[in-house]
Amino acid sequence: MSTVSVRDVSVAFEAVHVFDGLSLDIQEGEFIVLLGPSGCGKSTLLNAIAGLLDVAEGQIWINGKNVTWEEPKDRGIAMVFQSYALYPRMSVRENMSFGLKMAKTPKPEIEKRVARAAELLQITPLLNRRPDQLSGGQRQRVAIGRALVRDAAVFLFDEPLSNLDAKLRNELRVEIKRLHARLGKTTMVYVTHDQIEAMTLADRIVVMKEQKIQQIGTPDEIYHRPANLFVAGFVGSPQMNFIKGRLENTGEGLSFLAGDRRLSLAGYPFATTPSAGQEVVLGVRPEHLEIAGNGIWPGFKVDIVEPMGADTVIWCSDGGGSVQVRTSGSRKAAPGENLTLHLTSTEVSLFSAESGERL
Amino acid sequence: MSAAEPQGRRPRRLTIGRIGVYAFLATSALFFLLPLWIMIVTSLKPMEEIRLGNILALPAAMTFDAWIKAWSSACTGLECNGISVGFWNSVRILIPSVILSIIAGAVNGYALSFWRVKGANVMFGILLLGAFIPYQVFLYPLVRIFSLTGVYNSLLCIVLVHVIFGLPTMTLLFRNYYAGLPLELFKAARIDGGGFWSIFFRVILPMSTPIIVVAAILQVTGIWNDFIFGLTFAGRQNLPMTVQLNNIVNSTQGERAYNVDMAATMLAALVPLVVYFVSGRWFVRGIAAGAVKG
Repeated sequence: MSTVSVRDVSVAFEAVHVFDGLSLDIQEGEFIVLLGPSGCGKSTLLNAIAGLLDVAEGQIWINGKNVTWEEPKDRGIAMVFQSYALYPRMSVRENMSFGLKMAKTPKPEIEKRVARAAELLQITPLLNRRPDQLSGGQRQRVAIGRALVRDAAVFLFDEPLSNLDAKLRNELRVEIKRLHARLGKTTMVYVTHDQIEAMTLADRIVVMKEQKIQQIGTPDEIYHRPANLFVAGFVGSPQMNFIKGRLENTGEGLSFLAGDRRLSLAGYPFATTPSAGQEVVLGVRPEHLEIAGNGIWPGFKVDIVEPMGADTVIWCSDGGGSVQVRTSGSRKAAPGENLTLHLTSTEVSLFSAESGERL
Repeated sequence: MSAAEPQGRRPRRLTIGRIGVYAFLATSALFFLLPLWIMIVTSLKPMEEIRLGNILALPAAMTFDAWIKAWSSACTGLECNGISVGFWNSVRILIPSVILSIIAGAVNGYALSFWRVKGANVMFGILLLGAFIPYQVFLYPLVRIFSLTGVYNSLLCIVLVHVIFGLPTMTLLFRNYYAGLPLELFKAARIDGGGFWSIFFRVILPMSTPIIVVAAILQVTGIWNDFIFGLTFAGRQNLPMTVQLNNIVNSTQGERAYNVDMAATMLAALVPLVVYFVSGRWFVRGIAAGAVKG
């Protein structure tokens, strides 16, 4: 059974349709990440699920109940915001117990739940402080704690780590993942524009662009089998290399042809039936380009070298286009060096040049 | 030898332009302080000294008689009870008017900026329009309405008038302040199950101290200094201090008691003055408190 089900939902701001007929099913205990650039509608969708935004059409179901017309508090959800949104005039303890107080929970029960959440997030020593006496990381911990005490079936996160610096972001990311594992059956819906957060946290990623869902899949599927050019380009850093070319029928089956470079596509898992002569875009991840003396694509010249410690990204070009190659950190390269690259058909993605869809 | 290398703090030089600016500022300050000086020294002089005409001179025989007379026995028309009557009238008008208009403005601003009520923008536009229409236009219609409903010439009437006419500015003030608060805070409170009033009283109002202080300063000085509403709507029993001051100054018979007039004027100006002096540090504190990141 799915905990959250978005059925054919449309949202409109004063006659302007934000999105139309969007559907999404989220399983119980699943960690779903809504990923996309700013303005893609991911936060709007989250707000619609939370009930902070009225939907124009469609239904929203949470835990087997149609909550389309329910108030946020009655939906069995908890939410964590980017700006923490802690009540500034209340102590941490009051912040965490506010929701329970509103729901007229008995005092001992409130104290028990606050203590447990504080314990879980290691913020017990901070309980009597005020939000302005906390650091950014501590504030977000408190905000998560405030969501935790609600004992909700569904947690909604709206870019919770975007205001933190890189180090804290990594720490809290791991903590959220640990929390999800420890809570067991709690469903989490997490909005972010950060693909690392999406890849590391998600059971399934929903990639969105311009108010439309581009692809829903596990991080592995999203990364290795992107559904279209947008997903392929958005996920992965450094970006996937795109090479324009066309399909040709050679002796041993279809091949990809770009200028005088060619790649036999034997073994490529076509999703559609391709036709020879079709204009296509070949996508290949930087780590799938191998520097090998006996490679199939010679004649690349090193342009820029970016050492990143664990690995090195080499930008090289063959006069026409430039590609990025990710190689081990121990590989030294100097600008101007000649390289021969190798790639195999099972590790590439092919997209229609016309529609951008995966072939 | 080379000139000294620039290092450390850049030296400040007193240029002729700078001296000119200071001189201008000092003269302006003196110019604006002069009337106050004349008022204070005149109010402390007996009439014989005033008749000599040295209006800038310090009092030779300093006396507080004029102040006492202005407060308790100067004649405002037929009655001779001083301006103290008007002072207490003003206080009775001021306190409910300020409190009610701030509450009304805060609730309005809160509803307009957070709840996005249908037609909120139109509503706000109409309210703002009210702020730009001259008061005089409303006077006669309001007098008719109040006398029809039977509240004309009463404390309730003048308080109502002040609350109504304070509404546009108060709403604007609070709406703009609330627009600066993070919307996510309101969303969080909604998820936590707060309703219209519980979010207002438990979350929004505790964050409003700085703007409440600003609103109070505006309303206290505005309502205290009001003349025309008090004259028109308060009724004879409740005439505020400003109206009585006017009566004192205008109803003198025989010799004009300049020292009493001056003292009475100073007394009438006392409340706004105190508000400014006291609120100076509150202003700063309010701004600083508003700057704390949520």
